[in-house]
Amino acid sequence: MKTIDARGLSCPEPVIMTKNALASGEKEYEVLVDNVTAKENVTRFAAHQGYQVNATEQGEDYLLKLKK
Amino acid sequence: MKNEKTVIAGAGVVIGLIAAALVFFGNPANMGFCIACFLRDTSGALGLHSAAAVQYIRPEIIGLVLGSCILALVNKEFKPRGGSAPVTRFVLGMFVMIGCLMFLGCPFRMILRLAGGDLNAVFGLVGFVAGILAGVFFLKRGYTLKRSYKMQKTEGALFPVVEIVLLVLLLAAPAFIHFTEPDGGPGAKHAAIVISLAAGLIVGALAQKTRLCMVGGIRDAVLFREYKLLIGFAAILISAFVGNLILSAVTGNTYFHLGFTGQAVAHTDGLWNALGMMLAGFGCVLLGGCPLRQLVLAGEGNTDSAVAVFGLMTGAAIAHNFGLASSADGPTANGKIAVVIGFVVVCVIAALNSGKKEA
Repeated sequence: MKTIDARGLSCPEPVIMTKNALASGEKEYEVLVDNVTAKENVTRFAAHQGYQVNATEQGEDYLLKLKK
Repeated sequence: MKNEKTVIAGAGVVIGLIAAALVFFGNPANMGFCIACFLRDTSGALGLHSAAAVQYIRPEIIGLVLGSCILALVNKEFKPRGGSAPVTRFVLGMFVMIGCLMFLGCPFRMILRLAGGDLNAVFGLVGFVAGILAGVFFLKRGYTLKRSYKMQKTEGALFPVVEIVLLVLLLAAPAFIHFTEPDGGPGAKHAAIVISLAAGLIVGALAQKTRLCMVGGIRDAVLFREYKLLIGFAAILISAFVGNLILSAVTGNTYFHLGFTGQAVAHTDGLWNALGMMLAGFGCVLLGGCPLRQLVLAGEGNTDSAVAVFGLMTGAAIAHNFGLASSADGPTANGKIAVVIGFVVVCVIAALNSGKKEA
């Protein structure tokens, strides 16, 4: 499973990183972000690509689990 | 997801109507909001430039920052962060402002000028889209200003506090603060302080909630076929247009004037209108958002955005001190040179921050 660390990055960069990673076509990914806007944007993008997204808070960060 | 789009459309409608109403209450025509113009006026009021026609501490700016700040605090989204290439952001902010003052308006005012029938803004829009495409070109090639880091609460709070200080200076009006004389130019045209401040607070909160960004709309549509932010952009355009028509009908004055000539605080040089907005759009993509978004993020404790705003204000001072800013008579030779230099600087920043693999 690929992990994408997009902490500290502002949009659209986390979404671009997720988009590039999804190109490898795996069933599961983990995306780490640290702001609500990135969490919303990555979630929205992944959902459009047909992934189910499960978000959990990890201290100051958010871990998004993407599953197809 | 559907709900999100309804919310931003609703917010856009409210923002467009508020923008139209601010002109009714005294702001310059098609300038209910203009982040570039209002930061420029504020720079002037502080004596950073001495263009007597454009000096006023605009309460809308104060309201936008504090509205965003208050809602972020309520929603626990106030998170002080910074350290992502602040000097680069400062320089980008300067040149975004120089681009905006070539056109005479930020992306927000570009929409409002379109809604007021100012066809010169069509050239601005064309340039703006081209600038965003240039930015997207570099984003696709890995452009990044690298990550930001958690900062102290005091660091994040400082910019909102500066806005409160500006409010105090506006209310106290000491002799060292410059205000445009009555009938002395756009700086003299403003709604009552309480109205401007309230408008800013509401729009700031709505923009914080919806992540509204004039650059983000077109950028996300191109990059991801994601249209949420673009809906906000379109909603403001339509509602400000309708608001202008309603005001014209009710008051008998003209709030919608279709054409190129005779537009308020605008010039008719199509090429330089386009190039000014192109520079602004390009720079804003590299900053991660339009001037409005920078204010809103600064209100959320993002100190990188606060630095970008200081860059915008400095850019405004430079633009007026060096004779770069356009006027109703058109662009200046100095301004054209500055915009060309701006393209070179922004391209170099974009290229040098692209193409490296994330370490």
